[in-house]
Amino acid sequence: MNAAEHSQLRWNTRHLIPNRNVRIALKIAMITYLYFGIVSVDVNWIRVYQGAGRAMQFVVAFLSPDFVSQYELIIDGILESLAMTVVATLAGVAVGLPIAFGAARNISPKPIYFVCRAFVVVSRTFTEIIIAIVFVVIVGFGPFAGVLTLTIAGAGFIAKLLGEDIESINPEQLEAIRATGASWWATLVYAVWPQVKPRFLGLSLYRMDINFRNSSVLGIVGAGGIGGTLDIAFARYEYSVGAAILLLIVALVLTAEYISGKIRQRVQ
Amino acid sequence: MLSVKGLTKRYPNTEISAIEDITLDFPDGQVIAIIGPSGAGKSTLIRCINRLVEPTSGEIWLNETNVCNLKSESLRKLRCRIGMIFQEYALVDRLTVMENVLSGKLGSVSLWKSVRRKFPQPVVKSAFEILDRVGLLDQVDKRADELSGGQRQRVGIARALLQQPELLLVDEPTASLDPKTARQIMRLIVGLSKEYNLTAIINIHDVVLAREFTQRIIGLRDGSVVYDASPAGLGTETLGAIYGEEDWSHSTYESDNNDSDSAAASIDEKLGALK
Ligand SMILES: Nc1ncnc2c1ncn2[C@@H]1O[C@H](COP(=O)(O)OP(=O)(O)O)[C@@H](O)[C@H]1O
Ligand SMILES: [Mg+2]
Repeated sequence: MNAAEHSQLRWNTRHLIPNRNVRIALKIAMITYLYFGIVSVDVNWIRVYQGAGRAMQFVVAFLSPDFVSQYELIIDGILESLAMTVVATLAGVAVGLPIAFGAARNISPKPIYFVCRAFVVVSRTFTEIIIAIVFVVIVGFGPFAGVLTLTIAGAGFIAKLLGEDIESINPEQLEAIRATGASWWATLVYAVWPQVKPRFLGLSLYRMDINFRNSSVLGIVGAGGIGGTLDIAFARYEYSVGAAILLLIVALVLTAEYISGKIRQRVQ
Repeated sequence: MLSVKGLTKRYPNTEISAIEDITLDFPDGQVIAIIGPSGAGKSTLIRCINRLVEPTSGEIWLNETNVCNLKSESLRKLRCRIGMIFQEYALVDRLTVMENVLSGKLGSVSLWKSVRRKFPQPVVKSAFEILDRVGLLDQVDKRADELSGGQRQRVGIARALLQQPELLLVDEPTASLDPKTARQIMRLIVGLSKEYNLTAIINIHDVVLAREFTQRIIGLRDGSVVYDASPAGLGTETLGAIYGEEDWSHSTYESDNNDSDSAAASIDEKLGALK
């Protein structure tokens, strides 16, 4: 083939959808849907205008947060949130770790794998709020419902992410330990655990962050923690108290993030 | 004595067998090289012997043990008797040199002891002896991923030897190493096998190393044995039969037949000296 023939060759990138007409039709359909979607959102502009006024009150409240008048309620709420966080993280990690091993295809027998995967899928399908509503129905209002919620959600979180990590460990190292005649448990301890330990600690700390943030929301459905206090403050239009609580939550989340970041750095 | 009879392995969803009807005897204390191109079935063959790969059909006997019939507990006992050395060393990176070596004894130490790293003193003693023998006594507490390739392979060798195996399965021990280190590692494996009177089956790409260090060479091609004799008979024609047609004159004795060392081996040596 000479240079003149090369200039005749055409090259185009491969498309996800090979048929050009189908591609164009899909694009038109998407744009049409988007247009009608935007038009169909019914905005009540008068309500937005009123709300804007309240939003201003709220912004002003942030300039004068009131930590003092509901001092005891706030402290109780924060302490409850922290306690829920610590208990639920420990419990969630303890439940999630064995399930993570079970949910890793490369080390666990088929029946156990399916049971553990099923737990992961179910616990990850529902957000914390929905699980919390269910637990409030079962065990009643209060932090216990919140702890149960965060334990289940945390276990699902650890089981899914650590399980995937276990599935991608180096298979040769696993094989080498197996080849020495080590038992399944010894293989776990010597070939699997060393490879996923730093990730496990990282995920547990990360989960601690998430649990604290969630514990400040769960109160709204009556599952304990600072969220309940916040809900009451807003219900009473005590925006300065609400602002104080929100500022405290921000401060605590930032502190927790800073500390867990430091620890993760040292582990890796 | 290790005997393989009519061994066939076909992986699921593949058209042809990785190894087909292989029958071989490996007498005690013999050091054997298995050569052959990539995909010939070398790894499959040795992995069937310790059942990391399940054979499709055929028999494997290690002395009086029928390898293919073993289930969980007795399979583990069998694996304790067989040491394995890998191309990519297969050390657990985040464990120390000593922990990696001691993991060779996991099959016979209780879980509780191994979790707490409390291995019986005789095991620790022999781990130190073996580490001394492979020249790593000063690296005991280093993490495995801090070592060089040659040092890592020495840890791999020590781990396999701590098992006090009857049989060594060695899968391309030198393929990831530079020529000089490759030669040292090969010498170490063969020397130690002789010293402990082990049967050793060594998969190896490098024909020159194979013929220099072993008395028996098995050539595999497309899953079948096409050569099984001493290195002396390995000429251009047989290499062609194993690897396919090429100019083999530099890998054989024929180009240099009054010298005991092959031409390519001496080139290898000179390359090694450069390192
Ligand atoms: N896990 C596997 N699944 C499917 N096919 C495999 C697997 N392992 C090896 N094979 C195939 O079996 C044949 C022999 O492979 P292998 O034993 O690794 O050869 P060698 O070690 O000589 O390079 C090759 O064709 C390879 O593609
Ligand atoms: Mg191979």
